Amino acid sequence: MKALSSLALVVALAALAFFLGRVEPLRVVLGVIIPYVAIAIFLAGVSYKVIVWSLSPVPFRIPTSCGQQKSLSWIKAGWLENPHSTPGVVARMALEVLLFRSLFRNTKAELREGPRLIYGERRFLWLGALAFHWSFLVIFVRHLRFFIEPVPRLVMVLDRLDSFFQVGIPLLYITDVTIVAALLYLLLRRLRDPQVRYISLFADYFALFLILGLALSGVWMRYFARIDVVAVKQLAIGLVTFSPIVPREVTSLFLVHLILLSTLLAYFPFSKLMHMGGIFLSPTRNLANNNRRKRHVNPWDYPVPVHPYQEWEAEFHDKIAAAGLPLEK
Amino acid sequence: MRDRGVIYTGLLVFLGIITFPMWHDWAAGTTSRGPDPVLPAQEKQCVAPLSTMRTSHMQLLMDWRDGVVRRNVHTYTAFNGRNFNMSLTGTCLTGCHTNKADFCDRCHNYAGVAVYCWDCHVDPKLARRSAK
Repeated sequence: MKALSSLALVVALAALAFFLGRVEPLRVVLGVIIPYVAIAIFLAGVSYKVIVWSLSPVPFRIPTSCGQQKSLSWIKAGWLENPHSTPGVVARMALEVLLFRSLFRNTKAELREGPRLIYGERRFLWLGALAFHWSFLVIFVRHLRFFIEPVPRLVMVLDRLDSFFQVGIPLLYITDVTIVAALLYLLLRRLRDPQVRYISLFADYFALFLILGLALSGVWMRYFARIDVVAVKQLAIGLVTFSPIVPREVTSLFLVHLILLSTLLAYFPFSKLMHMGGIFLSPTRNLANNNRRKRHVNPWDYPVPVHPYQEWEAEFHDKIAAAGLPLEK
Repeated sequence: MRDRGVIYTGLLVFLGIITFPMWHDWAAGTTSRGPDPVLPAQEKQCVAPLSTMRTSHMQLLMDWRDGVVRRNVHTYTAFNGRNFNMSLTGTCLTGCHTNKADFCDRCHNYAGVAVYCWDCHVDPKLARRSAK
């Protein structure tokens, strides 16, 4: 049900853009105003979230680690699993951000005959996530060819590598295949496994369907409908140079792509997609475990009025002496 | 607490990367005017209507290639009944678009499209120049 409603929402958005994109006065709204609003929400929202997060106090280190802590010289320390210095933390973060190392350790638990609980590895989630995220990054960088004039060399090189196999015309991008395959796998994974389906929320399906819609509309425009790329670039350049135009050749199919992108951008800061920024702020990953080597003082400690024993004894000295109790002084 | 500097630096780098096209195009003085391919002077109508050529000329050329190489079909009857020899170098580049750099390359470079046509087909103009 949650899957169907989120699919219906994405389809409705696409259909709305498709039909409203055929009404001449609304093309400026779909092609210029909504994208501007969306990118503004995205930039402001992401900044706001990160600033709010940065204000959270993290006074102490949280070692949740499977590695040996750095201690005596003759005990081998896990410099990567349990880093005690910045280089180790950078390496651990890099592996986390670029290769999703903790997802690689994903396990499955199964109840077998007996009853016996069996744990095993489940690498497919990691593989699907890796394929999806890297494809999305490559596609994002490739799209810079529409926003930058002249097109940077790096983008051209990436374009060539991505279309390396020279299949069909226009050349098939490898990432177009991998992103759609990975998204379909991630979607199927949620739908197939009853446990995963049980914990899946509307937001989980919505993000998947939205990005799938974005990818499929792009694939449709490039390989099947073959839209006017030059006109699209004029629109994109117009947006980034603040002299927006919606050329006549831009079809409502492209506006579907643009509206799905705008939805993604505007939705981004308020959703689980903010893990893009959040991963860098994971306290269990980005802090060196040096609790026992360095003194960490709680920075918001304030002077607390205390009443130590010595003062108390001085105050009641006579009474304690009269009662015959032992005194320190 | 002490990491705020690092966090804000990271945020600024991210915002810089996201808005990079804006700064780049502003510095380069790019406008949304688009490329300006030089159209042939003597011929007014291409082998297919303008809108078709703008979006699907690559498909047409591929159909021509497959026709010539695989099916031994050399004549293309256009939408208006005219017949053309199916040849990129012989018809397109010799008859009308004699300057590849001013026609093909303008839009291809603009859209960042690296086509492999020229891995085999030669620009007749360059070929003539090198033959001299």
